[in-house]
Amino acid sequence: MSSVVDKSKVPWWVSNLIVPIVNLILALLVSALFIFIAGENPIEAVKLIIYGSFGYIEGFAYTLYYTTNFIFTGLAFAVAFHCRLFNIGGEGQAYIGGLGVYFAAIHFSFLPVPIVWILAIAGAIVFGGAWAFIPAYLQAKRGSHVVITTIMFNFIASSLMIYLLVDVIRDTNQMGPHTIAVAKELWFPTFKEFGELIGIKVRYSPLNLSFLLAIAASVFVWFLVWRTKWGYEMRAVGHNTQAAIYAGISPYKNIIIAMVISGGLAGLLAINEVLGVHHKIVSGFPAGYGFTGIAVALMGRNHPIGIFPAALLFGILYQGGSEVTFDMPNISRYMFVAVQGVIILFSGALENLFRPQVESFFVNKLNIRKKG
Amino acid sequence: MEIFADLASLLNSTLRISTPLIFAAMAGLFAERSGVIDFSLEGKMLTAAFVAAVGSYYFGSPWLGLILAIIACVSLSMLHGFASVTHKGDQVVSCVAINILMIGLTTALAAAWFGQAGLTPTLTDEQRFLEITFPFADAIRSIPIIGFIYSDILSGHYIFVYLAYISVPIVFWIVFKTSFGLRLRAVGENPSAVDSAGINVFAMRYKALMINGVLIAFAGAHLSTAVNANFFREMSAGRGYLALAALIFGKWHPKTALIACLLFGFTDALQIRLQGVELPAIGKIPVQLIQAIPYVLTVVLLAGFVGKAIGPRAIGQPYIKER
Repeated sequence: MSSVVDKSKVPWWVSNLIVPIVNLILALLVSALFIFIAGENPIEAVKLIIYGSFGYIEGFAYTLYYTTNFIFTGLAFAVAFHCRLFNIGGEGQAYIGGLGVYFAAIHFSFLPVPIVWILAIAGAIVFGGAWAFIPAYLQAKRGSHVVITTIMFNFIASSLMIYLLVDVIRDTNQMGPHTIAVAKELWFPTFKEFGELIGIKVRYSPLNLSFLLAIAASVFVWFLVWRTKWGYEMRAVGHNTQAAIYAGISPYKNIIIAMVISGGLAGLLAINEVLGVHHKIVSGFPAGYGFTGIAVALMGRNHPIGIFPAALLFGILYQGGSEVTFDMPNISRYMFVAVQGVIILFSGALENLFRPQVESFFVNKLNIRKKG
Repeated sequence: MEIFADLASLLNSTLRISTPLIFAAMAGLFAERSGVIDFSLEGKMLTAAFVAAVGSYYFGSPWLGLILAIIACVSLSMLHGFASVTHKGDQVVSCVAINILMIGLTTALAAAWFGQAGLTPTLTDEQRFLEITFPFADAIRSIPIIGFIYSDILSGHYIFVYLAYISVPIVFWIVFKTSFGLRLRAVGENPSAVDSAGINVFAMRYKALMINGVLIAFAGAHLSTAVNANFFREMSAGRGYLALAALIFGKWHPKTALIACLLFGFTDALQIRLQGVELPAIGKIPVQLIQAIPYVLTVVLLAGFVGKAIGPRAIGQPYIKER
């Protein structure tokens, strides 16, 4: 490599802001090429995306609804990644988390509403965390690779949930594989109801109270990872396990805690979907959000401050994307799944593609200015 | 005789279902033995299915479709190599990217070119691979046992089924009996030692990925131009991950991986056979339970409760050449 630069001379905003933006632009250019191959005009598609996600109040509310899900799954991936654990199991953990929400809402519905909500949140965290605990334990104690076990656990969760939804907790008065609805007063207040409260009339959108929960979860993760002893220990294990052991930090304990918290955060997705939108468990409700969380976390460089804009970007792509599929017959919603893949490729696997060039460009520029 | 017919259909579906798993497991074996993780089998299998179906539809020849599928899969493998071998990016991230990208792109393009359902047009008999009936199969059928095995089990499969089983001893021979195979395994175990012996680690890993791309293309073509006569969205349905599980279950060995593929294929065939069937004394077995068996078995094996699966030592680590 001809242009290796001294890492300490690179300003933080070049490596944490400019390089990710360059990668994102590359990803969007490749995505534009796909849209062109599919026979549509990429510039028109961008216009539709911006209109669909920002152009009217309900569209923007939809964008924030998707953002909520991506914040949860993005944070989930990021927490585990700080301990160098690759939790691909967000999908399954969110699915199982739905059980916790459902049981709390069904069996404790006699309690006051806010307490049931707290129990439902606890249920989501406990069930999601428990589903992550097994792979975590197997990684920590038996050395089975967490990537493979979490993939397997996604499939096992899917089989288990379909079994439960078909044979055990199905609403027997309905045809589809879903449960009965939880009591109406337990439904999370939506943006529409909130608007009515302050006198603004908006049409329905799935945006609900969970959005604030996602913000709270972001603050919680920031505090936990960067402001507590435990967060420090966990990052130490992730950076250099051997050094952490010499410092008296137990990698086993930290692997398990990181994974359980990660699973709990993924489980919170079920709060948004079960209490906020469907009001029951429907089959396959995690719908790929768990996997998109990987992209969100990688783009957001595993920091809550980065995860929020990344989640918003994916919210824009999802909501704006549905506007595009509506107006452009040649674009299906799968095109935006492909866009996610391209973003993961450029901001994850190929993140170092142009890093040396970009960094040396800025370092040289700054040096010239200093000398001048 | 009904038991024979049942057994025949169960064995036949096991052979058929195992075929893409075997190709994918052998593909994964080359990549992982060279030290490169390959979770992207799923995405590549889907790509091959799409390209083979579209290629065969436009050019009227399933063989041309297969060749195009091979080119597509090798390109994706090279992309994986470019990201994770050359640029030392995270191998798992690269695989996740390829999977999500191809799940999206195959269906998006199918929808753009052939309508919103994301299906490719149904292939005619000339555009797809057909079952091969062995010579004299009808004549020998009446002979007890031999006739049954020859005519009802061995005969009447797609070409890929035979190729899959032929590929296993060939893979075994290449990996364990040739100098290429020795180097391949060494690169996956201890790349710096191989490097000091004057062998190019990067070139070895790229070669392994190239073979990986060729083999996985067969799995995809089997799905869309043999068993089915078109591509539909997410038609690989987790087979890439299942094959990876079989590879791990088979401890990164061709022979044991083959057995794992057959076992997983059998559980799937059994699951299809048992749907809605009341068994004496047991009652109805939930099909989801049987579907989960391969995944549960793999987790149990990985946990070291039954045997121990230890992968190539240098797997997942990009090789950094010392100056």
